[in-house]
Amino acid sequence: MSSVPEDLRYSKEHEWVRLGGDAATIGITHFAQEQLGDVVFVELPEKGASVRQFSSLGVVESVKAASDIYSPLSGEVVERNVKVIEKPELVNQSPYEEGWLLKVKIADKGELSKLLSAEDYRAHIGETAGAGGD
Amino acid sequence: MPFAGYEMPIQYPAGIVAEHRAVRTAAGLFDLSHMGEFFFRGNGAGAALDGLVSSDIAGLEPGQARYGLLTNERGTIVDDVIVYRLGREQYMMVVNAANIDKDHAHVERYLPKDVQFKDRSADVALIAIQGPKAEGILSRVTTEGDVAALQPFAVEHAHVAGAEATLARTGYTGEDGFEVFVENADAERVWDALMEAGRDDGLLPIGLGARDTLRLEARFSLYGNEIDETTNPIEAGLAWTCKLDKQFLGRETIAKVKETGPERRIVGLVVDGGVARHGYPVQSGGAMVGRVTSGTYGPTVDKNIALAYVPTALSKVGTAVAVRIRDRDVPATVVKTPFYRRRE
Repeated sequence: MSSVPEDLRYSKEHEWVRLGGDAATIGITHFAQEQLGDVVFVELPEKGASVRQFSSLGVVESVKAASDIYSPLSGEVVERNVKVIEKPELVNQSPYEEGWLLKVKIADKGELSKLLSAEDYRAHIGETAGAGGD
Repeated sequence: MPFAGYEMPIQYPAGIVAEHRAVRTAAGLFDLSHMGEFFFRGNGAGAALDGLVSSDIAGLEPGQARYGLLTNERGTIVDDVIVYRLGREQYMMVVNAANIDKDHAHVERYLPKDVQFKDRSADVALIAIQGPKAEGILSRVTTEGDVAALQPFAVEHAHVAGAEATLARTGYTGEDGFEVFVENADAERVWDALMEAGRDDGLLPIGLGARDTLRLEARFSLYGNEIDETTNPIEAGLAWTCKLDKQFLGRETIAKVKETGPERRIVGLVVDGGVARHGYPVQSGGAMVGRVTSGTYGPTVDKNIALAYVPTALSKVGTAVAVRIRDRDVPATVVKTPFYRRRE
């Protein structure tokens, strides 16, 4: 069963958001990394780039295939996870902690209402119970 | 995932990278029952197959096997196969699953009437065990056959887990390994016995995903990717499988391409900054010059590797090209193949 931490918000495209002040940390969910399999390459926008909610944010490649990732929020990229670019397997090993992808300065907090709670996301991926971090 | 009419997993629970590493460092078990097995019998069988297959089939001794190509009159590739000489007048040809019907028709069309041909693809199962620990594991469940003494590309009759088996030291991974042909009814028992015998050695079942990364690191062609009926063996880097001083279908055309040099050649690429996939354009000087035939991340070489057709002028080792990945030209270098070679 996939882990879906309570304190995060989720997109239907399987990204997660952790809020901290004006910035949000973004990654892909445990469920997403399971579906992808071994991640071998991560392509992310540069610091300073603008991203738009539900538009393409970058690409995560597993041995099997390349998958687009979509930004759960609009804003400006303030940091990208250099460690995950060097060690893409962190996305598999620690999707909610060391395997985070980007930090984005949130442009519009109103967009948060378009994201799912942990409970809704669990329902979205077809799981009825369970919680916890990785 | 449906594959040539068989349900086959892309990966088992361990995942592609773990499966790949198991084959390189311990052993892996492959269910290849989808592959086709053709049997030939008769006084003229060897000579007839020698005229259909590009390599030296006439030179096979009983108990030997050889890789080769089924070619057509145009000198292009109908399939890549392994021919096993099982007895004095008895041969087996193993063909690709997706090509069974096509190959069947091709063989029937050219085979002399006095050679018996039986397509047993639906009745014969194939289980491969590959990796440095394959010999030890297979030995434990084999009677009436000397696994350790079997030479590369040799074939013998054996009993594996009590089942009648044809045992060959062949494979598609770049590792030492064996292929075990048994009747369908025995396949599950043989699979289970091998899994059990290999448990303490780290034997893992291997899906289609790792099968592809393993063969690509070892630079083995995949029919439908590197080779098909539009490719000739010379440009595909398979000149070594063509015995041009004998007669076989398309020989004249192939010999001519070899003499004049092909317009394009398959090369190995290391891609720096993305994973190249089948069909991606290869770019040079701002123009598209070829296409990737296969590409992946190679877990053992720890690089993004690919095979691609490029113009002969760009085929030298060290040549810089680019692969177009999602609208970006990602730098790539022509490298020597195989990408991975096992240490003896």
